Amino acid sequence: MNRRILFEMNSVYRDSFRVAGYVFGHGEKSACIIGAMRGNEIQQLYICSQLVKRLSEIENAGGIKKGKSVMVVPCCNNYSMNVGKRFWPSDNTDINRMYPGYHLGETTQRIAAGIFEEIKDYQIGLQFASNYISGKFLPHVKIMETGFEDLEMAKTFDFPYVILRKPKPYDTTTLNYNWQIWETKAFSLYTASTDAIDKETAILAEKATLAFLAKQNIIEYNHKDIYDTKVLCENDMIPVKSDVSGIFLPEKGHDDLVSKGDILANIVDPYEGHVIRQITAPCKGRIFFVQDKTLLLSNALVYRIIKED
Amino acid sequence: MIEYVSKMALPVGEEFHIMKNRLTPDMLTGKEKRISIVTGTHGDELEGQYVCYELLRRIKENQKHLTGIVDVYPALNPLGVDTINRGMPLFDLDMNRIFPGDANGTMAETVAADIIDDLKGSDLCIDIHASNIFLKEISQIRINEISKEKLVPLAKRLNIDYIWVHSTATVLESTLAYSLNDIGTPTLVVEMGVGMRITKEYGNQLVDGIFVAMKDLGIWDGEVIEPKEPIISKDGNVHFLNAAVSGIFVTKASHCKELQKGEHIGNIVNPLTGMVLQKIYSPCNGLLFTLREYPVVNEGALVGRILERKV
Repeated sequence: MNRRILFEMNSVYRDSFRVAGYVFGHGEKSACIIGAMRGNEIQQLYICSQLVKRLSEIENAGGIKKGKSVMVVPCCNNYSMNVGKRFWPSDNTDINRMYPGYHLGETTQRIAAGIFEEIKDYQIGLQFASNYISGKFLPHVKIMETGFEDLEMAKTFDFPYVILRKPKPYDTTTLNYNWQIWETKAFSLYTASTDAIDKETAILAEKATLAFLAKQNIIEYNHKDIYDTKVLCENDMIPVKSDVSGIFLPEKGHDDLVSKGDILANIVDPYEGHVIRQITAPCKGRIFFVQDKTLLLSNALVYRIIKED
Repeated sequence: MIEYVSKMALPVGEEFHIMKNRLTPDMLTGKEKRISIVTGTHGDELEGQYVCYELLRRIKENQKHLTGIVDVYPALNPLGVDTINRGMPLFDLDMNRIFPGDANGTMAETVAADIIDDLKGSDLCIDIHASNIFLKEISQIRINEISKEKLVPLAKRLNIDYIWVHSTATVLESTLAYSLNDIGTPTLVVEMGVGMRITKEYGNQLVDGIFVAMKDLGIWDGEVIEPKEPIISKDGNVHFLNAAVSGIFVTKASHCKELQKGEHIGNIVNPLTGMVLQKIYSPCNGLLFTLREYPVVNEGALVGRILERKV
């Protein structure tokens, strides 16, 4: 294992800002794995820390294939993490909306450029990501339809779902999108949580990532797939919204199977205590996403359901 | 007349609403032109607050000259203004990156769709921004290259100092101005002053220009000024000055000053050691149209922008 500093920036009063990468094996740049890009992506940081540990063991046992290398970057934003902020501490900009970055630009553009310079030549790019709508998800691989997406490779992850997303204008500055534009096969990996560690899906992600690397002939790792991966377009899922605001009390969580009409959640009047709306399932299916805010805004997306016959 | 553009319930005993004030002539014919003044998309940009107030004040003082419709939207992001937040509280994305919105989307996207729905059809829309808390700007209008033929002539009437025609970027396709221009509602983006502050001279300058635009459109028949001739430039003429080191920026040059090549703009210093870490000089003869207001800089932070002037 070779620990390298990919990007460093001095601060007037804080310790230097550093982005560290852990490289395993030697040779072609086979795969790069990125963890926390935002300060609250604790689950993403944890998964990468476990991958560093496991890849180190695999390397010590001679399990990195000859001529291949893997780099893991557990954290691209420890400055925000250490002060409890999701975005950049001073100007609240999002590093993951600054790619491909600009070496002569503003601070987070420079950070993005510095990181991207180090990771853009990898053949495969994996990012443990979080969504702008906070909540719990079923584990899935997300790929953006840029024309360079590789759906067949995405299906080789032992994850329950692959989600295809049509990029919106604000997606065009994310790492995933720009990796693909630079011809890296890019995949965003989502597990159940962000701010807190969900050990079950963290272990699933760790094993699925190692198994994926083995299938790409980069490492040696024994794994028997447990999922028959399904491919869905993001817009095929059934969104369930709340037309009222109030206190959100979920009755069903992610991965629950529901029938049409089942009560998913109650919205309670915050002053008078009565239920002002029962959110019911519009169809039979499996809950893919549930939002996790206790105080609910009206029109909020509260569930996404994968419709089943 | 105060009207609601968008409203919905917040979780605990409060209604979220976006308001506008519509001023109309005493007698309506149904053929009136409409100008819309919007601001407050970013809750920490307050220069537009004064413009809205002053515009309404002057119209009300001379109501007899009003011959069209004036819609004033002082706070597109009222929760941001109230909480001194650039963005919408509880929403991760920049509000000016979610237009044209989605009537079936999240609360923020629904609000964005309501705003577009209300503004569309205006004969002119002016979207007033105020840089941010870090930078001070001269009064300027920024125009996407693809709209320059239509918008530059309109912008020249607004009595501002500078028109910056910038290149297109995919990410900017989700701004309010892009979305409105895309559906045929001419929209100009004004940037001036600094975040969290009001610069009355810029506000008055723009209000004078808005009356000129109103007269051009047939919305006002009172006296107006002759607007100043703005400088017009493209990206290639603008030099960006970014901090090479982290530290505290201490200004030497004045904002809005014509500089000579090599003139001293400021220093980045380290108060812990008493050392100057970087001296910043002008790379060309030109106008210092952007200058950093907030002293703390990380490496890369923008400290100024200079519009190069050929001698």
